[in-house]
Amino acid sequence: MKAALRLILSVATTLLGLLLVTFIIARLLPADPVLAVVGDHASESTIEAARIRLGLDKPILVQFWIYLTNVLQGDLGESVRTGRPIASELARVFPATLELATLGTLIGVVLGVPLGVWAAVRKDTWIDHMVRFFGLIGYSVPIFWLGLMGLLVFYAKLDWLPGPGRLDFGYEEIVTPVTGVMTIDTLIAGDFDLFRNALAHLILPASLLGYFSLAYISRMTRSLMLGQLRQEYILTARVKGVPERRIIWKHAMGNILVPLLTVIALSYGNLLEGSVLTETVFAWRGLGLYITDSIFGQDMPAVLGGTIVVGAIFIVINMLTDVAYRVLDPRAR
Amino acid sequence: MKPFLRSALQGSLAAVAILASSAAAHAKTPADTLVMAYVIDDMISLDPAEIYEFTASEYMANTYDRLVVIDPANPSQLKLQAAESWSVSDDGRTFTFKIRPGIKFHSGNDLTAEDVEFSMERFVSLDLNPAFIMTQFGLTKENVKDKVRVKDPMTLEVELDAAYAPSFFLNCLSFTSVVVDKDLVAANEANGDWGHEWLKTNGAGSGPFTLRSWQPNESLVLEANENYWDGAPEIKRVLVRNVTESATQQLLLQKGDIDIARNLTGDQLAAVKKDPNIKLQSYPKATLWYMGLNVTNQHLGNPDVRRAMRYLVDYDGLQETMFNGTGIKHQTFLPDGQLGADNSTPYTLDVAKAKELLTKAGYPNGFNVTIDVTNKSEARELSASLQNTMAQAGINLVIKMADNKTTLTKYRASEHDIYLGQWGSDYQDPHSNADGFLNAPLAKRNQWATPEMEARVMAARDEKDATKRAQMYMDLQKLQLDEGPYVILFQQVETIALRKNVDGFIVGPTFDLDLYRDVVKN
Repeated sequence: MKAALRLILSVATTLLGLLLVTFIIARLLPADPVLAVVGDHASESTIEAARIRLGLDKPILVQFWIYLTNVLQGDLGESVRTGRPIASELARVFPATLELATLGTLIGVVLGVPLGVWAAVRKDTWIDHMVRFFGLIGYSVPIFWLGLMGLLVFYAKLDWLPGPGRLDFGYEEIVTPVTGVMTIDTLIAGDFDLFRNALAHLILPASLLGYFSLAYISRMTRSLMLGQLRQEYILTARVKGVPERRIIWKHAMGNILVPLLTVIALSYGNLLEGSVLTETVFAWRGLGLYITDSIFGQDMPAVLGGTIVVGAIFIVINMLTDVAYRVLDPRAR
Repeated sequence: MKPFLRSALQGSLAAVAILASSAAAHAKTPADTLVMAYVIDDMISLDPAEIYEFTASEYMANTYDRLVVIDPANPSQLKLQAAESWSVSDDGRTFTFKIRPGIKFHSGNDLTAEDVEFSMERFVSLDLNPAFIMTQFGLTKENVKDKVRVKDPMTLEVELDAAYAPSFFLNCLSFTSVVVDKDLVAANEANGDWGHEWLKTNGAGSGPFTLRSWQPNESLVLEANENYWDGAPEIKRVLVRNVTESATQQLLLQKGDIDIARNLTGDQLAAVKKDPNIKLQSYPKATLWYMGLNVTNQHLGNPDVRRAMRYLVDYDGLQETMFNGTGIKHQTFLPDGQLGADNSTPYTLDVAKAKELLTKAGYPNGFNVTIDVTNKSEARELSASLQNTMAQAGINLVIKMADNKTTLTKYRASEHDIYLGQWGSDYQDPHSNADGFLNAPLAKRNQWATPEMEARVMAARDEKDATKRAQMYMDLQKLQLDEGPYVILFQQVETIALRKNVDGFIVGPTFDLDLYRDVVKN
């Protein structure tokens, strides 16, 4: 009970601090937010009217207070640029990112963990070097460039995969959003053809994000695993004649599972923020693109709304990781 | 290889292969749908009383009718649309419009003079961004009810506060006289907002297309209006998809996943030109690239310095390399296509001449000056070239890069030395740019405005004789070319890339003249 209270309190202060800082930074920018709404050619009276309508004539702390009380009532406000409720705009873009990030992380884990283990077991052999080099590329090559190259090769030249977008453009309007996750929505609609189309559109961007997350996960797995393999209990097991496979996947893996989970959760959280560049190249309207657009468009309420979502994602992931610790680590029970 | 790893790899490869084969089987764009990639992030409202940005005015043009419109084939001429005829009283202050009979809104309601009256009243009363185009004729929130009158169901009268050149008023109407469906909009009114909240995301027009859906920053879908009075469109749907990355647009077009790419850069246009499945189509837009020189700056206040700077631009080089089909050199404030436009380009890159002028002005070794530049690739490239050529005569441009709204905020407060940016005409009448560049707002921002100049601008606006009016604008352009506070650089050319089988897409001088109705896919 006490722990839960402490958690709620810390979550609340984190969010409040996050909001306050974002709010103030946005106001300190030397650009007039009214321009975003009325455009450059508008008359002075139009500009003044918009300023009052948006509440920008009030002192900044008053503006923040009004905003905060609205947020507590579940009202994230309206987008300055589109006039639509931000909560519903976010609900529209977030599933797109969720779908991509989940698949990306899945790829990163399924390939990254075994690769990391493999490299650790074959430390300093050519296999280890290859894995590390492969990871280094994933980590350092600009994802924007990789994305365009991926499109050039697999879409333009080889014609193996479809192009940008979440579905072929001609079909985009056919699907009624239920969950917002395209692969699920097409299944709900019972159209297997569209489902395959949606899945095919996912492959390239998800593989890219997967590669990125694989690079991180395999590196971390390798070093965690190396740390374990040096331990005496491993030596003992080997002396006892326990099969090598069992030593690695049971004994050592059991001990690195908890820190590994933190690594994976962090990586998942990063992808959930939305990869702006990947979303740009693949015309994938997700959270990252939404927040970036809003920043450039001086759409303060939308930026703040996005910030809340990102904050909430990290809090939720942290809580889930905490729970998983308790399950995986007998000492934490 | 570990068995587990091997099976994981094999499994995912197999999955990719299965899906890849199915994906390629899909057809390209549907035959009855025009699919277009376009950066539509400036579309923030669909209400014609608020629409003022580029892509939204294109939406407006294709879903609504206006009393009169500019003829895209001949932009100094007007065409009648929802009006069947117009006339002006002898004192030049009262215009009478006969409404074309038989036009139906998408809702099925008839379009009558009542709707036009409502639309004009609404436009002025809401007082949103473009309202000034109408209020400059003396129409105000208070008096618009009396000044715009329904004479009979098909006749409308508009009384102005003075006699203006008829072409001036009609040119303005070509943008502002959008007719909205009175009954439909009134039914969606809330708190006396003239239905604004509703119309921001809905349509109430009578044009060749109806709005099916709009997702900001994502997509716009239009459907053909089968009952359009001037003939139904050939295609059934138009799908506009926001694709911000121009390299992605190029790929999509070359693969045939879209029919039209709207935002290709000069390099990309040159590349797709070689593709046998693609053709280009272009039209000069009423948008100018220019430098605004703040004359309160000690150096820039000297007219000889400003002349010298006009000799320090590599007009030809930039046109060929950087713009490459997306801009043509242009040195006067009236874009090609408008009444009285002077397309002469007397200035060329001439460093010796510039040095001579700088010496005369007392700066034989040049000087330092800052230039505010918007952080967009075109502006960046342009400013780098300007910095290079200006340096040849000793003028050291210190580039200050920031996002659009930041540079604009500074420019509006006249806190700049030099501002590099774009200016688009508000409507297709020379007064828009004459007023902008010689009076307000640009001449005021550059601190060059005078009451005498304002008087000359207004005299040209009110001149009834079109030939004389054109001459007055020619004279004003001569003056600006010689001593004005601008280095006008290029006129933007919109070049779109289309699949070879797409015909009939009209690209006009302004975005409210980009029309889809005649598009056919062969």
